[in-house]
Amino acid sequence: MAVNPELVGRQFPPIPPYLVGREKIREFSRAVFATSPLNLDPDAAREAGYADVVAPPTFPIVIQEHTLAQLLAEPGAGIDLTLTVHGDQRFSYTRPIVAGDELTASLTVTSVKSLGGNSMVTAETVITDLAGEHVVTSTSTLVVRSAE
Amino acid sequence: MTDTSALTVGDVVAEREYHFTRDSLVRYAGASGDFNSIHYRDDVAAAVGLPGVLAHGMLTMGVAVQPVVDWAGDPARVTDYQVRFTRPVVVDPADGATITVVAKVGAIEEGRARIDLTVSFDGSTVLGKAQAKVRTA
Repeated sequence: MAVNPELVGRQFPPIPPYLVGREKIREFSRAVFATSPLNLDPDAAREAGYADVVAPPTFPIVIQEHTLAQLLAEPGAGIDLTLTVHGDQRFSYTRPIVAGDELTASLTVTSVKSLGGNSMVTAETVITDLAGEHVVTSTSTLVVRSAE
Repeated sequence: MTDTSALTVGDVVAEREYHFTRDSLVRYAGASGDFNSIHYRDDVAAAVGLPGVLAHGMLTMGVAVQPVVDWAGDPARVTDYQVRFTRPVVVDPADGATITVVAKVGAIEEGRARIDLTVSFDGSTVLGKAQAKVRTA
């Protein structure tokens, strides 16, 4: 089944507030082999002027996963996870994420294309703080192969 | 942090090697919440026609920027980061997989540098257009 082209322009409701935990940042940092003390040590982060540990550049994917789950759960979207590979990814920051941040996110499908037997879906997840200020935009293109 | 006036386009600012094992994939799955089973189940990978269990593209992306973070001295200096996933990293159950990262200055503008990453596995690049914008001032 191909990805439903009618998804283009679809904006999903914001996810419930996501509280960025210190240990989640440290866990994620270790998983991406990060060694910067600002990712791991609250004292080092405070000394550098941050309220708490700073998230690695790709951390927003954790929050984006919650918005992608909405897209994947959409009836008739036609996205089979086992046939899906990541095409490209971008993070564009207004300000860093630090532990203690409470964030929300909303995904918009910006493009669905067919290429050969594959579908390419681009989804833009805008992550904001609870005051509505922009933090980071996480943009993913997924390549969904068609099942034989 | 390096003074940008001392930078020249083409300078290699970091070069590193990282070794992934299946443990790395399970750890990343848990940390990220990406539990797609092609990243830990050989049978599922084979059933969908993959050459083996693959590293999460986001693991490779997340690791590849670490030399840039270390060079910049602060993860928050990376203000924009993009990659294209061009080839899979197949992680052997026994031998794992080793990736190499070369980080080069791609462009310099006032207060910012664009660092271009070349990320290779098994003799081929696995990421295309891998670019990190770094605040230098």
